[in-house]
Amino acid sequence: MYLTHIAAVVLRQFYLIRGSLSRVLPLFVWAGIDIVLWGFITKYLNTVTSAGFNFVPSLLGAVLLWDFLIRVMQGVTMAFFEDVWSRNFLNIFATPLSISEYLSGLVLSSIATSSVGLVVMVVLATTVFGLSFFVYGLMLVPFFLVLFMCGIALGIFGSGVVLRLGPPAEWFVWPIPAIISPFVGVFYPLSTLPRWMRYISRVLPPSYVFEGMRAIVSGGSTSPHGLLWGACLAVLYILLACWFFTRVYRYAVHTGLIARYSAETLS
Amino acid sequence: MSKVLSVTQLCKTYGEMVAVDGISFEVGCNEIVGLLGPNGAGKTTTINMILGVLAPASGRICIEGVDIATHRSRVLQRTNFAAVYAPLPGNLTVQQNLRVFGLLYGVKNLAERIEALLQQFDLEKFRDVKCGVLSSGEQTRVSLAKAMLNSPQLLLLDEPTASLDPAIARDIRSKIRDFAAQGTGGVLWTSHNMYEVEDVCGRVLFLSRGRLLLEGDPKTLPREHGKATLEELFISVAREPLTLKVE
Repeated sequence: MYLTHIAAVVLRQFYLIRGSLSRVLPLFVWAGIDIVLWGFITKYLNTVTSAGFNFVPSLLGAVLLWDFLIRVMQGVTMAFFEDVWSRNFLNIFATPLSISEYLSGLVLSSIATSSVGLVVMVVLATTVFGLSFFVYGLMLVPFFLVLFMCGIALGIFGSGVVLRLGPPAEWFVWPIPAIISPFVGVFYPLSTLPRWMRYISRVLPPSYVFEGMRAIVSGGSTSPHGLLWGACLAVLYILLACWFFTRVYRYAVHTGLIARYSAETLS
Repeated sequence: MSKVLSVTQLCKTYGEMVAVDGISFEVGCNEIVGLLGPNGAGKTTTINMILGVLAPASGRICIEGVDIATHRSRVLQRTNFAAVYAPLPGNLTVQQNLRVFGLLYGVKNLAERIEALLQQFDLEKFRDVKCGVLSSGEQTRVSLAKAMLNSPQLLLLDEPTASLDPAIARDIRSKIRDFAAQGTGGVLWTSHNMYEVEDVCGRVLFLSRGRLLLEGDPKTLPREHGKATLEELFISVAREPLTLKVE
């Protein structure tokens, strides 16, 4: 793996973002709006529910963590979509760039772009709505790590879907977090869900993060085994997503889809 | 003459349709070889397979003796291309595009190399201009500059002068001739401009319906097959490939 190849993918993304307000704003505007919206909702809930329970760390904290996962996923897919939109596959895949280098470049781009959103969310949540991360303690690190890995896996998987099905398949990618969110219990305990949904929750890494977060907020402690299992699942999903993307790429090279990507399908 | 490109029994099929049917040819060092044929003959399919963006059904492609199927990255490090249907991203400037692709090709002393190419292809005034706003001729020059970034051993050019005016096209031909003569690389060139092919190529390969029909010197090949010009020979290949006197 050559670092210069990975740097090229990141540099391309940097050039694009630097020169475009319409690429800069989405890095933090929607995340910021989410925090403001949910910040006021939690403040309101604090005034109408029984005294003593603070919704800020459980609800606003959950929104922040969930938005972080979405930003990470979109960081990968947006960097990939730049090649889709500029019809750049023939140029880029005819270079010595390997798939692992390409995916590494997308992940590094995502780290940079999602960090911007995270910083804005943290500043807003702490300064305007009084969210304190000390509540979560050191468990915040594995929480972010698991969600980061899950976002990467979803981003690579989504990119593979678009590579296989063509540009209109972007439609399939954007709603992925919304489809997952009911199963992972972002806003409610998993015990709220019917049994069949809880079975699905068990194989989704963010479930362990949000359950752990709620356990800490309510004065208990999070299960390290559960979180470790969530982390293992997230690593597995990254590997599966990379395998999926590589398979799709090989299919595209075999069928000629890479060279004729604008046609969307070969039929 | 040492071989830069060696293609052996290359085939590509799409279902029942045979796009490339067992072609074999070589490109030598300092040689410019024209890959000719009517639309749909299999030229671009062949170039895509050499670039590693299309997998052959069977056959072998070696660049400097190294098989692309097993050493893709190593081989592509020494290869580059320019094609009229593959413009560089229009949302990056000329310099940004060259820098990104320079890193992808692992070019050493990249800043100096970019400066030299901007000068060579008369692109200095467009350095900070986005490629998408350049004229088609200017975009072609940027694509050619990208194609020269890594001083490739094998340069693949798919109709590189299609959108250039005659003066610039002649200048580009001269630059590519110099590239082939001075360096250690070879060029595989497709074009529908037979005057250009005769002017530039030392050898031509005629493809028709995926098969390699004729091969030879573009200056003598027409007479060998009873035609006055290369263009007449091309039209014969396109219309009646089976009636040609193949020796």
